[in-house]
Amino acid sequence: MTAQPGLARYVLALADDALISSQRLGWWISRAPQLEEDVALANIGLDQLGQARQLLAHAGRLEGLGRDEDQLAYFRDERDFRNVCLVERVQDDFGVAMARLLCVSTWQHALYGALAGSTDADLAAIAAKAVKEVAYHLDHARNWVLRLGDGTEFSHARMQAALDAEWPWIEELFDDSWLEPEVLEQGAVVRPSSLREPVLARVLEVLRQATVAPPESPPAVSRGRHGLHTEQLGYLLAEMQHLARSHPGATW
Amino acid sequence: MVSAPATGRRCRAWSVAASVPDPELPVLTIEDLGVLRDVTEDDRGRVHVQITPTYSGCPAMETIRTDLIDVLSRAGYRDVCVEFVLAPAWTTDWMTQSGRQKLAAYGVAPPAARSPMGNTGPVSVPLSVRCPQCGSLDTRESSRFGSTACKSLWVCGSCREPFDHFKEL
Repeated sequence: MTAQPGLARYVLALADDALISSQRLGWWISRAPQLEEDVALANIGLDQLGQARQLLAHAGRLEGLGRDEDQLAYFRDERDFRNVCLVERVQDDFGVAMARLLCVSTWQHALYGALAGSTDADLAAIAAKAVKEVAYHLDHARNWVLRLGDGTEFSHARMQAALDAEWPWIEELFDDSWLEPEVLEQGAVVRPSSLREPVLARVLEVLRQATVAPPESPPAVSRGRHGLHTEQLGYLLAEMQHLARSHPGATW
Repeated sequence: MVSAPATGRRCRAWSVAASVPDPELPVLTIEDLGVLRDVTEDDRGRVHVQITPTYSGCPAMETIRTDLIDVLSRAGYRDVCVEFVLAPAWTTDWMTQSGRQKLAAYGVAPPAARSPMGNTGPVSVPLSVRCPQCGSLDTRESSRFGSTACKSLWVCGSCREPFDHFKEL
């Protein structure tokens, strides 16, 4: 395969979104409000991890430097990760976890749906599979946002606060500035900004049904796609990468 | 649908590969599940087996690969190459009729015959899922996500038993 470094960077960023989001969801196992929710968040995280593995492996092939999925996941430092800052931030509040999952899965659903028509056959196949899984994630997040937003006064206030907290970070999902113009012109990728309108409309419709006011918080300075992350990613990577780095090649 | 190739050794290699059980649901073979996509033998006698994951993160794929190599070597195929394919994406529609019956007998409600989800629409749930224990339709979903990626948790209002449902994808 001829190296395609521009497309490799695009695929790597999507892989990092799924990988880091999955790692944050894994934190909830044994901490969710009910057992079924532990299981649900573990399953959603597992789906995202599976998507991340395929995307990482594909990014490695496109890059042409001989790096496999494990090398990309475990042996890159923080500045080489290209995920949006939205997914890396600590989410130890269940409302925040559901608000974020609503935003991420709504975006991934639109993204993977469009990428299923990518001119890159491998990327199209990964996306066509992922979109069916993400439909379940989106449905799960939506149900919780409706239930909490349109629930008690207390749960409503928590859901509103959670969405207000996440809102500044979603704008980065629609940023084109990190992609070379020639990559954007290819039929292999989906221009991030083209998803802004449909994704926001879909999220806002859920918020309306959940009686949550549309957040008005302005966008945060979020430059994860350029490798500039919040302080919280380093701690996540330290935990995620520790075993592979301390015991290279470990298997069981 | 995939059907078994009709010629000689190729056919035999398929039936050997098709006997491999799913590690999570051992009553089903990978053929019942629609995970086994193709088995071919090239000029040099190497057997190529194509399998596709049910879910992107399905942890059973590695085990299935090992089991395939194991069972084919014991059947005399020394050179076996297991390939993962993603397209077309697996769907519960590929589960065979006999697979659905075995699943129900095992106590897991099989998926509806046609995936209601399509590729891009919202998740729609079937009107009801029949309890594999007592056959009642008075059942409710207690969790969309279950013990494995492919199952949801249900409970029966008649016999009060909880059960797994292989969800549509």
